[in-house]
Amino acid sequence: MRKTIFKGTALPLLLIAPQLLITCIFFLWPAGAAIWQSLLQEDPWGMSSQFVGLRNFTEVLAEPEWRGAAYNTLIFSTSVAVLAMGTALFLAVQADKSIRGANLYRTLLIWPYAVAPAVAAVLWLFLFHPSIGLVGRALNQAGIAWDYKLNGNQAMLLVIIAAAWKQVSYNFIFFLAGLQSIPRSVLEAAAIDGARPVRRFWTIILPLLSPTAFFLLVVNLVYAFFDTFGVIHALTGGGPGKATETLIYKVYVEGVQNVNLGSSSAQSVILMVLVIALTAVQFRFIERKVHY
Amino acid sequence: MRRRFLAQAGLAAAAIAATRTRPAAAQAPVEIQFWHGLAQPLGGQLEEIVAGFNASQSAVKVVPSFRGSYPETMVAAIAAFRANAAPHVVQMFEVGTGTMMAAGRAVKPVHELLSEAGVSIDFNDYLPAVRGYYQASDGRQMSMPFNSSTATMFYNKDSFKRAGLDPEVAPKTWEELGEALKKLKAAGIANPMTTSWPAWVQVEQVLAIHNMPLASLGNGFDGLGASMQVNNPLMVRHMNNLIAWQRDGLFKYGGRDNAADSLLPAGEVSITMGSSSLRARLLREARFAWGTAMLPYYGDVAGAPRNSIIGGASFWALNRGPQGGRSAAEWKGVAEFYRYLSQPEIDAKWHMDTGYVPVRRASYQVAKSQGFYEKNPGTEVAIEQLLRGGETTPNTRGIRLGGYVEIRNIIQEEMEKSFQGQQNGQQAMEAVTQRANTVLRNFERQNRG
Repeated sequence: MRKTIFKGTALPLLLIAPQLLITCIFFLWPAGAAIWQSLLQEDPWGMSSQFVGLRNFTEVLAEPEWRGAAYNTLIFSTSVAVLAMGTALFLAVQADKSIRGANLYRTLLIWPYAVAPAVAAVLWLFLFHPSIGLVGRALNQAGIAWDYKLNGNQAMLLVIIAAAWKQVSYNFIFFLAGLQSIPRSVLEAAAIDGARPVRRFWTIILPLLSPTAFFLLVVNLVYAFFDTFGVIHALTGGGPGKATETLIYKVYVEGVQNVNLGSSSAQSVILMVLVIALTAVQFRFIERKVHY
Repeated sequence: MRRRFLAQAGLAAAAIAATRTRPAAAQAPVEIQFWHGLAQPLGGQLEEIVAGFNASQSAVKVVPSFRGSYPETMVAAIAAFRANAAPHVVQMFEVGTGTMMAAGRAVKPVHELLSEAGVSIDFNDYLPAVRGYYQASDGRQMSMPFNSSTATMFYNKDSFKRAGLDPEVAPKTWEELGEALKKLKAAGIANPMTTSWPAWVQVEQVLAIHNMPLASLGNGFDGLGASMQVNNPLMVRHMNNLIAWQRDGLFKYGGRDNAADSLLPAGEVSITMGSSSLRARLLREARFAWGTAMLPYYGDVAGAPRNSIIGGASFWALNRGPQGGRSAAEWKGVAEFYRYLSQPEIDAKWHMDTGYVPVRRASYQVAKSQGFYEKNPGTEVAIEQLLRGGETTPNTRGIRLGGYVEIRNIIQEEMEKSFQGQQNGQQAMEAVTQRANTVLRNFERQNRG
């Protein structure tokens, strides 16, 4: 393959300047500020600050609350990813069949992606609130003590469902595209050889979908890590106790509510390291799988 | 981090816009930026008062602007200060007081502001529980008291009747309340009682009413070295009562902050404890006869009951940024605004319109002389409760702890864990003490310099 080479350096620099500028202003600068802040001890008003090295990090990592949030994040992210991908795969397989009105189903299934996280949370709140929610009231009348404001496991279940629901549409689109790119001839050959639909699914469709599935796994984990703030904030606010406080929510609580900037910055730097690690894994994998 | 950057960028843009629109003419009024945290309808009523001040003279123009909830307003003001674009006056809720007191030269204390501007306000006429909350420990006024409330009990008279209780006599002690809850439960009310503001009502108020300390060094008034003292027999006993009532279905935990406010108006519970300003909502929504009463106390505790403590907010004057940067004319404008707010007629009108308590004795008299309390039975309960027991003691002045926003959340979290059955009252208070002390030590370390 031939690469086009520009002469000199001025024009190429000019051409990538907008992208560089955006990266600098919206990523490098704030990320740098966070790293610097994470090494300081400061009063909320920023009038006295003192360099304390890595003390914020050691204190954060030693906190039982931080480890609790890390555990919550693990449970939450895994459950969201599994639930969102499982549901999406099931729906995509169903919508891929030759059924009447398939286009309508597909469109309807994509809709939830357009709903803002806070709005999604309010929709679920109206369903599951113990005293005003449709489902919540029904559960209580059926003798199941449903009160996610007091029961940590129920609260976790609710934020997982609400967060996963939002992500199903996104996964659905990718799975559907993945399914449609599987050559019909392979499936037909298997059918002629006597493989039933379930067997065809496990031995042909699923392996051929695996690059899509892995891509979605990474995207879903990143989503559950960083993008679910709105859902948690509107539904439970991290409670009851600290039952639904994830790492990203804790950064908010520490920085914005408690104005403890050093600790909050240290926590966001730790999160940044985590997402860089996740992205690195993703790139390695895609690099390996892309020419198949 | 991105959030903070955007906030700063937004503030910088706002500051540029503000300087551009400032009129250049010499006789133009001094503009005072005023940020508040009251949503509608209260925010509108507050802005009417500001408009009244602007109409009353031509030298100063106060520009009010709503900045979200109290915690959001506090964080916005801090971010603006760091970006050298702080408002002149910010409304700060009472739990932020400790953080403001430690803010050093970020804040212009009221006593200094008034004496420099030659304006005098008679703070001795203010209710002790109100003025004391916002004073330094030596009695100098640090912020301008304005909207204050306290916690009271509200109950459903119809369900009291149904349970064979006297609807005109509310339970005075926790012992009586416990009996009443059992009768209400027997009369078919699934969860007879709830509470709003769990930390404020069930911990801070309970301790003040029994004249017990929440923290050492006079609840933090005497220095940053205070540590928590909630792990005491009274608090443990009260927590264990609530936990047992929750288990037996006599008490229903309704959520953090004011989440439980809706339960009494909706008829789900018969008794609630919450801000005295809940009255407005009951007037609007309750489809039953209801009454107001003072918070209960334990009958066997010597010295109880004392005054309850306040909630609500006060006004703080801020420097523009870490380098100072305010003119004498601007400070003078703020002082004039404060003087206007302190007038008994203004305060009394605010009290009667909103359900906040009058902050001055003179305003209380104004409301009385207009027959407000005869026409609106129950509205006097909050004031009587605030004045109960005469002068305040170091335990009933209020709370002056740094990072108290965080500590309140810690208290709520540990209460939630107790109500889930994970721990008893003793363990909850131990956990609160240990976690809150970490916050206090951290705050002390940050503000020593």
